[in-house]
Amino acid sequence: MNDQSTKKEKPGKRPVNRRKFLTDMAKTACGVSLFALAVGLNAKQSTALPSEAIRPPGALPEDDFLNACTRCGMCVQDCPYGILKLAELGEATATGTPYFIARTGPCEMCEDIPCIPACPSNALDHSLTDINKSRMGLAVLIDKETCIAFRGLRCEVCFNVCPLQGEAIKLETRANKRTGMHAIFPPVVYSEHCTGCGLCEKVCILEESAIKVLPMRLAKGELGYHYRLGWESKGDLGSKFPTADPEHKYRLPKGLSYEHSGRGLMVDPVGQPAVTMPGTKMKQTSFSTNPLDTLNKGLGGVK
Amino acid sequence: MTKGTRTPLSDLGKAAIEKKGWFEAYKWLIARRTSQIGILLLFLMGPIGGFWVLQGNLANSKFLGFIPLLDPIVFLQMLMGGLTGLTLTVFLGAAIITAFYALIGGRVFCSWACPVNIVTDTSRYLRRKLEIKGGAKLKRETRYFMLAAVLITAAMTGSLAYELVNPVSLTHRGIIFGFGLGWVALVGLFAFDLLFAKDGWCGHFCPMGALYGLIGSYSLIRVRADARDKCDDCMECYEVCPEMHVIPPALKSAKGEGPVILSSDCTNCGRCIDICDEGVYHYGIRFPNIAQEEKLKSGEKVFEDAA
Repeated sequence: MNDQSTKKEKPGKRPVNRRKFLTDMAKTACGVSLFALAVGLNAKQSTALPSEAIRPPGALPEDDFLNACTRCGMCVQDCPYGILKLAELGEATATGTPYFIARTGPCEMCEDIPCIPACPSNALDHSLTDINKSRMGLAVLIDKETCIAFRGLRCEVCFNVCPLQGEAIKLETRANKRTGMHAIFPPVVYSEHCTGCGLCEKVCILEESAIKVLPMRLAKGELGYHYRLGWESKGDLGSKFPTADPEHKYRLPKGLSYEHSGRGLMVDPVGQPAVTMPGTKMKQTSFSTNPLDTLNKGLGGVK
Repeated sequence: MTKGTRTPLSDLGKAAIEKKGWFEAYKWLIARRTSQIGILLLFLMGPIGGFWVLQGNLANSKFLGFIPLLDPIVFLQMLMGGLTGLTLTVFLGAAIITAFYALIGGRVFCSWACPVNIVTDTSRYLRRKLEIKGGAKLKRETRYFMLAAVLITAAMTGSLAYELVNPVSLTHRGIIFGFGLGWVALVGLFAFDLLFAKDGWCGHFCPMGALYGLIGSYSLIRVRADARDKCDDCMECYEVCPEMHVIPPALKSAKGEGPVILSSDCTNCGRCIDICDEGVYHYGIRFPNIAQEEKLKSGEKVFEDAA
């Protein structure tokens, strides 16, 4: 039995032929593609975590997090302080993913970090066992104009609540120029120790907190990868350091010397031989012994 | 009811109630609603009463504190999206759920667990009561396209893109953790099913249903029409069945099929069992599929060649 005879036998029934099948499938695919486009674009737009939303401790980098987090909410349910929340539809944070807001409910930094083992998919990195090593963000004293400590008042509330007091937030001292007789104790955050828990932001006594936990991407600068800080790298690399500090050599007139660390350009005491840098051969010149004469030469100075 | 007379819509279910009593005529519907609401309550008991039977939500949960459960569609999106987060717990959770539904019927999820089913069933009920007819002509196969779209979108965005809008997740997560604007999606779904297409979402679009259907392709538990000889063509089962194309091969063995409803689209909801006053249907296993086997014995071809 072939196609043609079937059609003849059933004249009233519209056969599903290849053309109709393909057209139907194309229509469906077209409609579904539009749906996929909407879903995809929506997902792309949800990848930017709003800066005030902070992920729980141990959260993978946002890109990985959005694939790993199953939106189960078990971290939310296991947080003993109830600070975590799953983003609802319509919020800027990717729907269903957990976050907290430091100003209203900061991370209390539990020692056993119960939210992490609650996570079934490692979206909260299970290898993080020391809460002090978590990096949920970085506290930044963002408004020094409003922070009353910077105005010479004794506040220090953020310093006092910091779980890593004296490490993540230190108080520094500087002179109070306004009164001329008092000290200012500005709180300073050290990124090496700050976990981004947000307790400081929560307790800031201002209407709008002057210290805020920002995502690392906003809070931290990054040195060019090729940069070496000579005074640090020298110790690490020793003789391998590519540009060894050359000894400073100055071509100075007779009777002058330069002390690199300290007094700078010096006139040698009369009658004593000029101090010369090792390896430098000084030429005899007829310059004045007054160094200013040399420096001002050509500018109408003393000949 | 006289044999061969189609029951008018206004009399739908009356024969069953008369013959079997009210409870028997709604037995499986009551059981399903109990199951759906019960599952929700098990999830809610933890956050509300501190009694943790099920933690998390339908997408991913922990049963009795140690058995992981993970929705296969979430798992597949994680696979496509870049392989982050694939822990042993995740694999185990997906395997347990897949095995469970592969055994009892994939789309049992739809009719016995999914909270959206309550909404779309309501829509369907109102559609019948308000006599809303017609609507968009949709293809049942659309759901497989949707499933493909979900997976492709996950791969292209590297994230669980569909979980941002999945009405099933939105609903279930919403009930436990807070809805936000999720209720808008739900109302939209309700209205779409009511006004634009009968069984629009669950019967044509839902990619979760598509995946669960595939999972349950060879499930053991099936609805059987063993007493199909008693069928009086009242057509009531067709009216209540959310996937009515699954019935004819089992009920009317034109091609020597049946009496087991084998289509993976069947949700094992049991409405046909309830509504049939002749007791044609019952739950059973997929074996033996007698008619088919008899045909085999007599040496006839079971399936006609596709013309």
